[in-house]
Amino acid sequence: MTTGSMDSDDADETGLATARMGRRGAPLTLIAALTLLLAAMMIGAMQLGRYPIALADIGGAMLRLFTGGAAAGQIDTVLWQIRLPRILAAVLVGAALSAAGAAYQGLFRNPLVSPDILGVSTGAGLGAVIGIFLSLPVLGIQLFAFLAGLATVALVSAIGLLVRDREPILVLVLAGVVVGSLAGAAISLLKILADPYEQLPAITFWLLGSLSSIRNGDVLSALPMILLGLVPMILLRWRINLLSLGDEEASALGLETHRLRYLIIAAATLMTASAVAIAGVVGWVGLILPHLARMLVGPNFERLLPTAMLMGACYLLLVDTLARTMASIEIPLGILTALVGAPFFLWLLVARRDGW
Amino acid sequence: MSAPLLEARGLAFGYPGRTVGRDVALSLRPGEIICLLGPNGSGKTTLFKTLLGLLPTHGGEVRLGGDLLGRMPRREIARRVAYVPQAHAAHFPFKLLDMVVMGRAAHLGLFAAPSARDRERARAALDLLGIADLAAAEYTRLSGGQRQLALIARAIAQDAAIIVMDEPTASLDFGNQVTVLSEVKRLASRDLAIILSTHDPDHAFSVADRVLLLQNGRLIAEGDPASVLTPERLRAVYGVEVAVEQLSRGQTVCVPDYDQPRG
Repeated sequence: MTTGSMDSDDADETGLATARMGRRGAPLTLIAALTLLLAAMMIGAMQLGRYPIALADIGGAMLRLFTGGAAAGQIDTVLWQIRLPRILAAVLVGAALSAAGAAYQGLFRNPLVSPDILGVSTGAGLGAVIGIFLSLPVLGIQLFAFLAGLATVALVSAIGLLVRDREPILVLVLAGVVVGSLAGAAISLLKILADPYEQLPAITFWLLGSLSSIRNGDVLSALPMILLGLVPMILLRWRINLLSLGDEEASALGLETHRLRYLIIAAATLMTASAVAIAGVVGWVGLILPHLARMLVGPNFERLLPTAMLMGACYLLLVDTLARTMASIEIPLGILTALVGAPFFLWLLVARRDGW
Repeated sequence: MSAPLLEARGLAFGYPGRTVGRDVALSLRPGEIICLLGPNGSGKTTLFKTLLGLLPTHGGEVRLGGDLLGRMPRREIARRVAYVPQAHAAHFPFKLLDMVVMGRAAHLGLFAAPSARDRERARAALDLLGIADLAAAEYTRLSGGQRQLALIARAIAQDAAIIVMDEPTASLDFGNQVTVLSEVKRLASRDLAIILSTHDPDHAFSVADRVLLLQNGRLIAEGDPASVLTPERLRAVYGVEVAVEQLSRGQTVCVPDYDQPRG
């Protein structure tokens, strides 16, 4: 798959007839390959689990879905009520976190920034913990998480707008750190106050991220928000490149940098908050995957966005499938993404000295 | 000639809450090269940022082709003035052509990506500066001189009548300094108006039609290079003894006296 993309890139550079492929938009070979990979992984993930389902049975179930035949009991229930929603959620959350991470890394001119740099995850975490503490139903917890995530970034952005005569990006990052650690303190307090048998395990599980309780409704509630956040990223895909040059240069090139920056922050926050609301705090995905995508297709956001999203979807689907099949108990996602992400990050730090 | 492309009158400039300089007047016409000289901290970069509308004026006015700068949207400013910052380290390894095509932003709709025509423009700019063969190279891997040329190419692709260059020769080796300055001359011969800052009076002698000498935020002299850059003024501004000599080829050079301790 990678070879295909390399070929098209080479052709691109020697100016052969494949100009359609690489010059504008995304390198199509790579995108197509990643899409196929994702589809194959989704079908594979549908078969795996405590209740294995053969490929033929999946085909049969799909057929029944379209022809309206009688449901074959357990297979259809497991497939459509439990497994498929979870697979779709993994794909959605992975793609959303990667897109947000790619946008933030360009925006903050730092390849080591993750989508929760402005505190969206910690804020959403606090919202969810409050929801659990108040013994709210699942939907209430998700709503609390979503709104608290948005509120945190709104607060951080407001601080960024208030502080006028300092480097705006530095102010945002610092405000994010401070507000995030405040929310972290509040989370710790609630953990101490929470009921240790009922609430504390739920809080811990949520803060480590998991897709184990995903239902169709969760996917449907997150999808519109994530798509809404994606729209400005797709529309502004080229201008996001210019923002990564820094404020003064981008302004001198004719951009209204302030407006654009806050628009992108709003979009990325919407995507991250929706993802975190249904999946909990899943670290590393939004940091590592955009990075890997950049190594494959370069920093041009027009190519980076689709590549990072597809890779993020594949990655989180892989990790989530491992999380539910590796052991007899569910392993929280955050643990696995950290186990894979942290060594990879160290490798980047040591082995790649230039050209993030 | 018509109204100047760039004009400042009674201009006070600085950062929010801190005025750095005042009473600056200048005007720039097509094909003209103005060289801004002044010691470190005299306000050259701040003045440039104000002329570009990146910092608000603290008094007086700046006009682009007769229109007040303060009222113009960024996009309109960028169509009239291009900015060449000091060659910098980029954060991401953009291809050189991708970098140069960013100069087209002011000519594109908000949601548009550059078209084949914009890429042609960018390529032509690279061609003009003789670095077309680097189009696919990563910006982060270029040398300082190549980066500076790339940023100039981006300004050309921007298609503005004025180019503001902040110390385009700083931190370049001798050969690259000469290359960049001869490109500056060539651009002016194509009727572009250029204002650049430099630390080297010799550069002013070689390319400038007019020299502005800035000290502590005020213009202390203005005019053709020979009348502004006298040994007395250079001593007053920089605190060193300098002889200004005419070479047999007609060029004028500054020769510092290295044996005289700083006054």
